[in-house]
Amino acid sequence: MTHNLILRVIAKWMIPVILLFALYVQFHGDYSPGGGFQAGVIFTTAFLLHALAYGRDATMRIIPENTLKYLSCLGVLIYAGVGVTSMVRGGNFLDYSRLASTPISGQHIGIILIELGVGITVASVMLLIFFTFSRRVIDQ
Amino acid sequence: MSLLINLFLLGFLLIIAIAVMRIHNLMAMAMLFGLYSLLVSGLFVVLDAPDVAFTEAAVGTGISTVLMLVTLASLRNSHEARYPGRLKKGPLLLSLLMGAMLVYGTHDIARLGEPSAPVHQQVGKHYVEKGQQETGIPNLVTAVLASYRGFDTLGEVTVVLTAGLAVLMLLTRPRKPHIKMEARNDP
Repeated sequence: MTHNLILRVIAKWMIPVILLFALYVQFHGDYSPGGGFQAGVIFTTAFLLHALAYGRDATMRIIPENTLKYLSCLGVLIYAGVGVTSMVRGGNFLDYSRLASTPISGQHIGIILIELGVGITVASVMLLIFFTFSRRVIDQ
Repeated sequence: MSLLINLFLLGFLLIIAIAVMRIHNLMAMAMLFGLYSLLVSGLFVVLDAPDVAFTEAAVGTGISTVLMLVTLASLRNSHEARYPGRLKKGPLLLSLLMGAMLVYGTHDIARLGEPSAPVHQQVGKHYVEKGQQETGIPNLVTAVLASYRGFDTLGEVTVVLTAGLAVLMLLTRPRKPHIKMEARNDP
């Protein structure tokens, strides 16, 4: 993995495109196919490509493992937090209609937020699993 | 046209499945599994399930292939899988029986897109008719997953987090477990 010039240049061009596509799938999930889970795994593939082309340590400098651990919990917290917020506002757990003045806009806000939570958790857990697996390659 | 694409994809699936069985190099096997997932995601697109196709392409072709490669890289021994070339009759019979039962079972599956199928008669009907009106979300799949089935999705995300935590706990433990060291100290 030292002189893969072509692989590295192509990866450098591909990674932003993949990340942009992941963000599109994440935030356009209301209108087109996709959603948090799909966006999360596409996001992860961009970082896997980076790790394959530039080595795991370079990727870990971009996203440290500890940050990933916090992010993976943060996603679930966002999701459950939306549910608790709707309870505080007088509805049932995860009743998004209570989040805004009208039920429709409340549903919009709730769905975007929980999809964001799903995306964050899925992306960080997948990367975390990859980092943990790849540590065994380096350590032995 | 759809039939042609289906036959093409299924034919290649069969070829890859046979190739995986015949091949001995584990690295090539991992690559073939990636290809297999890519073809399956193509099938999902033909079946009008682009959401599933996204996931299959990203997880099956991308992430799990990379995880398999990383696992292979951590193997100390050679990357060859060798098994005795004898054909065992029992497992073969069992797989043939299982396959025959599955093929028999497909006769009871409702046809694709059949409106009178039981799945479309119950709660799904409400989602299709009222979903847009109640949630204001054009993509019905997202509306069902995120709003109507919000509890399930919360559970799924928790499962993903738990899986990540389990991998962390299993693979990042110290070399010598503490229990063993304590046991050694005790008389």
